[in-house]
Amino acid sequence: MALKHKTPMLEELEKGPWPSFVADIRRMAARKPMCEDLLGLLELSYEQKEGHWKHGGIVGVFGYGGGVIGRYCDRPDLFPNVAHFHTLRVNQPASKFYSTEQLRKICDMWEEKGSGLTNMHGSTGDMVLLGTTTDQLEPVFYHLTHELGMDLGGSGSNLRTPSCCIGKARCEWSCLDTQEITYDLTMTYQDELHRPMFPYKFKFKTSGCPNDCVAAIARADCSIIGTWRDKIRIDQEAVRAYAAGELVPNGGSHGTAKRALDIQKEVVDLCPTGCMEWDGKTLKIWDEDCTRCMHCINVMPRALRPGQDTGATILFGAKAPILEGAQLSSVVIPFMKMEPPYDEFKELIEKVWDWWMENGKNRERLGELIQRFGMKAFLEAIEVQPDPRMIKTPRYNPYIFYDPADVPGGWEHDPKAFRERHHA
Amino acid sequence: MPQVEYKGKVFDVDEDGFIDSFDKWCPEWVDYVKESEGIQELTEEHWKVIHVLQDYYKKHGIAPMVRILTKVTGFKLKYIYELFPSGPGKGACKMAGLPKPTGCV
Ligand code: HEM
Ligand code: HEM
Ligand code: SF4
Ligand code: SF4
Repeated sequence: MALKHKTPMLEELEKGPWPSFVADIRRMAARKPMCEDLLGLLELSYEQKEGHWKHGGIVGVFGYGGGVIGRYCDRPDLFPNVAHFHTLRVNQPASKFYSTEQLRKICDMWEEKGSGLTNMHGSTGDMVLLGTTTDQLEPVFYHLTHELGMDLGGSGSNLRTPSCCIGKARCEWSCLDTQEITYDLTMTYQDELHRPMFPYKFKFKTSGCPNDCVAAIARADCSIIGTWRDKIRIDQEAVRAYAAGELVPNGGSHGTAKRALDIQKEVVDLCPTGCMEWDGKTLKIWDEDCTRCMHCINVMPRALRPGQDTGATILFGAKAPILEGAQLSSVVIPFMKMEPPYDEFKELIEKVWDWWMENGKNRERLGELIQRFGMKAFLEAIEVQPDPRMIKTPRYNPYIFYDPADVPGGWEHDPKAFRERHHA
Repeated sequence: MPQVEYKGKVFDVDEDGFIDSFDKWCPEWVDYVKESEGIQELTEEHWKVIHVLQDYYKKHGIAPMVRILTKVTGFKLKYIYELFPSGPGKGACKMAGLPKPTGCV
């Protein structure tokens, strides 16, 4: 279909093998003038190498303080159909399993009340409905809640939409029911999600094992990562089948052709702790030295399985660079059992929130507050004992603070007595 | 910038309905906005929130954090939403004449 705007640069992006977002939007433009103007506006941005959305935008639905990202185009004279182009975040089902029936209902609603464009999904996890006008926000919200049984996701200084890996639904490595944890946390903390009350945003992500398919360690203020504390389960028959070339290593990720796996070179020598031994017949693992990195299990999924005494490592503090530099989450609880109703975990989280809400500066992520006050202050506030597993190496500078109560004599000192022993 | 006229006063507002300058605020503004913010009648408690926001803004040049607003007014966040259905930012700050909240909202 011919667009009412010229888009020569965008048309270049209809070439090549990858699914073209331009071709897709253009298809929708036949029915939705909003899409047509969106392409026109984007072409202008390509030409001028500048964004054409105005700063910020504060819109929403009554009762909630977030969930909608307001946007206004700065050239409504040229592109009136995207004068308003607000985004709604819709809370997705854990791990993003859908029925086509539900998706069809959502699409019908969105084609009627919005641009028909979506982002499946936002990086935090939400289903993102891209582009509508202010007067449609309450009607969309009404439809979502009354007809589709769905709610908005989070935005602003609040708990953002939790998300998780596919977990036990389709992965034999999952040490956690990641979906149940995500659903439970989402439902328990609806109030924190919909009505901003924090110094800044806060995210939960849950992965069933250290492969961390949802990248919890990098993208969540609280990262919940599955692990086990007993032994890796070994099927020696299957190990020998890998060695004999009967089973394909890594589930075929490096080619599905059958080949003999060199267990010494490709598994034992690559184990980060060197805790494995292979004599050509039997694989031995000294589990007390295993750090549960997943390598051997990833290479021989049919032979090795995580243990059965499963739980999670809880880490805190990941964030993007602004302001004080990027951080990955740090281990705070090396191991915690995770079973419904997750009381122990929730008690911990509420202590973390109390501390951060009391001490966090405006727009200070948890990771930055931990940096500013120190891990020691954080551990004291959440009543957790320090543990060697929380650090990669001990500190190498000697600027060590002591609690005066732990030092005989405290900080009181008598300068006169000092001078009697040391004459000036 | 669009203008609105109400009870003889003229206000410059942006697309989100925030006034362009705190100095232009007057009680008529509150009266004008209340309906679009889902408020029938303003009570003393509404005014308390508005005044706390304004005093804080005059003193510090920024809006208070939610935690400070709840502490100073003594109202729980849930109650503030009962008073201002679109919340302390879009609802109360707009009515108090404070600048529009910014950042990753
Ligand atoms: C007007 C400003 C901003 C807007 C409109 C905005 C919008 C968004 C949107 C739509 C998403 C995806 C949401 C989802 O996946 O569900 C997102 C994610 C994200 N935003 Fe922002 N954002 C803004 C500012 C910021 C700032 C200032 C930061 C950093 C300090 C930030 C950090 C992030 C991060 C790290 C993610 C991805 C989180 C993840 O990987 O799970 N954003 N933002
Ligand atoms: C009796 C105690 C101390 C002695 C004898 C001492 C001696 C010195 C000496 C000789 C230097 C090298 C100066 C130069 O090369 O220009 C130095 C540098 C330095 N000292 Fe000390 N120092 C003492 C205590 C401290 C303490 C308690 C601190 C910190 C709390 C400290 C922090 C530093 C720093 C940061 C520098 C490097 C300064 C720079 O390079 O700009 N010193 N000190
Ligand atoms: S993180 Fe682990 S459990 Fe979750 S899907 Fe990935 S490999 Fe499976
Ligand atoms: S999980 Fe990692 S550390 Fe543990 S035995 Fe396997 S390769 Fe070694």
